[in-house]
Amino acid sequence: MKPIFMTYTKKDLINLGVCMILSVIIIPTFIKTEYWYTSILIPWLCLALATIGQQIVMGYTGQLALGAAGFMAAGAFAMFNLILRVPDLGFVGSLIVSGLIAAAFGILFGLPSLKVRGIYLMVATLASQFFIIWMIDKFGWFKNYDSSGIITAQDIVILGKPFTTPLAMYFVCLAVTTVLTLLAMNMARGSTGRNWMAVRDMDIAAESMGVSLLRTKVQAFAISAFYCGVAGALFAFCYLKSLEPVAFDIKLSFKILFMCILGGLGTINGAFIGAAFILLFPVLLNAIGNNVFHGAIDATIISSIEQVIFGLLMIIFMIYEPLGMAKLWENLKQKIKSKLLSSEVKSLESSKIKN
Amino acid sequence: MALERKFKIGEPILEVKNISLSFGGVKAITDTSFDVLEHEVRAIIGPNGAGKSSMLNCINGIYKPQKGTVSFKGKQIHNITPNIMAQMGLSRTFQNLALFKRMSVLDNILVGRKLHTKTNFLEVAFQLPKVKKEEKINRERSEEIISFLEIEDIKDTPVGKLPYGLQKKVELGRALATDSSVILLDEPMAGMNVEEKRDMCRFILKVNDELGTTMVLIEHDMGVVMDISDRVVVLDYGKVIGDGTPDEVRSNQKVIDAYLGV
Repeated sequence: MKPIFMTYTKKDLINLGVCMILSVIIIPTFIKTEYWYTSILIPWLCLALATIGQQIVMGYTGQLALGAAGFMAAGAFAMFNLILRVPDLGFVGSLIVSGLIAAAFGILFGLPSLKVRGIYLMVATLASQFFIIWMIDKFGWFKNYDSSGIITAQDIVILGKPFTTPLAMYFVCLAVTTVLTLLAMNMARGSTGRNWMAVRDMDIAAESMGVSLLRTKVQAFAISAFYCGVAGALFAFCYLKSLEPVAFDIKLSFKILFMCILGGLGTINGAFIGAAFILLFPVLLNAIGNNVFHGAIDATIISSIEQVIFGLLMIIFMIYEPLGMAKLWENLKQKIKSKLLSSEVKSLESSKIKN
Repeated sequence: MALERKFKIGEPILEVKNISLSFGGVKAITDTSFDVLEHEVRAIIGPNGAGKSSMLNCINGIYKPQKGTVSFKGKQIHNITPNIMAQMGLSRTFQNLALFKRMSVLDNILVGRKLHTKTNFLEVAFQLPKVKKEEKINRERSEEIISFLEIEDIKDTPVGKLPYGLQKKVELGRALATDSSVILLDEPMAGMNVEEKRDMCRFILKVNDELGTTMVLIEHDMGVVMDISDRVVVLDYGKVIGDGTPDEVRSNQKVIDAYLGV
């Protein structure tokens, strides 16, 4: 497969086209219920973006990090303060700067990765999770001295136009996610991604080839935190529409970690698959509970079942398919393709016999 | 051996002086000195545990020797790290294969082009024209190496799925991709059959002959060593017990004793 445009192959362009048509034309024309936008599509895009951040540091660079929600909080509160105090920046400008602020935290909390690895690094990166949340709670300035604990997010205004309907917010999230996903793909496929993966697979050899471990790891943490920061800002402004540190607790970090692992480590599309699965699965379970058992099963039991199934799935994936759902999807496509091919060959053969 | 060499053997390019390395109380290398001349094929041999791999690790900066100095290209290097040595033009392969297992053969070799990649991650993210240009050059060079090593048919296979002999070849390819002036090969032919060994020898000599790359190799197969190297240094218990041309080494009584276990 030869790249025909930039680094994209023909297949990539077709995939991109299909995704764009689906998300820009088909979804807005067929889905009219607000529920789908406010409760599924918008959080899906935000969390997929954060999962891409987690993928960069964990899937590509192989650094076990657990603090995505902390960086998201940093991004969200940076966004709030930027819009409040530097209104001239505008929405897009503030979004970029809040990503950069999160990236600065990423560099700071990525430094331990130079000395510790594996599960120990995971514990060390938990510091980001707790420190950032603590900092926001401790210093009133970050919340603009709001005593209620929950701050309402400002309205999104881009170039003087308000984006307040669910559909408009969906498009904001979609645009940001699309651009950042493309950039992430470019990095992952280019020399940057090769350096990440070299560090992941064999760090001593990477160093002997001239790849600087310090620079590569810190860079991965910074980029990862940037993605999480932007995702956090969108999550607060488009989905929660409020800012509270509690929304970015350790549970959210774990959720992103699960999305990353179930989706498939070291894949960009896995981030979207994983996020969709973890968001939709509870919805599906609830629907089953309501429609099949007609509410006979208590909602708390359903949410416990959900946890059990997630746990089981994690174990099953770790053992049988460490590359996650993205790999399953890939295998499925391969199977269909080879089936189609073999049936084509058969039909060709039978036509030959007839002739 | 080639009668007429395109690259005449020159001055010392790599000098190791009085290196001593110990792990706790265990002495791996004691007061060892030798040199490597430009454009030569230099072999380091010795029985198991003689300190050969430790020696390469000292030169490359993975181990820090307690005593002694390493000079490369006429400069004494302080604070050796693998990264600094790579930047100065010294590349290596590893004894127990240190490939990037989940990456394809082509990607592995492309990592070897790292020092010829000057664009940063932002330029890569936005795919600026100079990134594309650089990527094209690096890919072309990598393809050249792949066809030189005759591994075109596996270039998109993840390295982890390849048999051992092929992985060794890929590792040589990755070292070649750096365009280094010196390549350290840690047992490039371990675990290979006769045919694969012959191929590997051919590649090593061809690289040395066509590119003038200085080769330092560790090898157990004496026949191979005597055939392809210009000079041989023999280590035993972390000390040099013989140094010279293959013929000199072969007739050295200490070497004979060490190998026969007297």
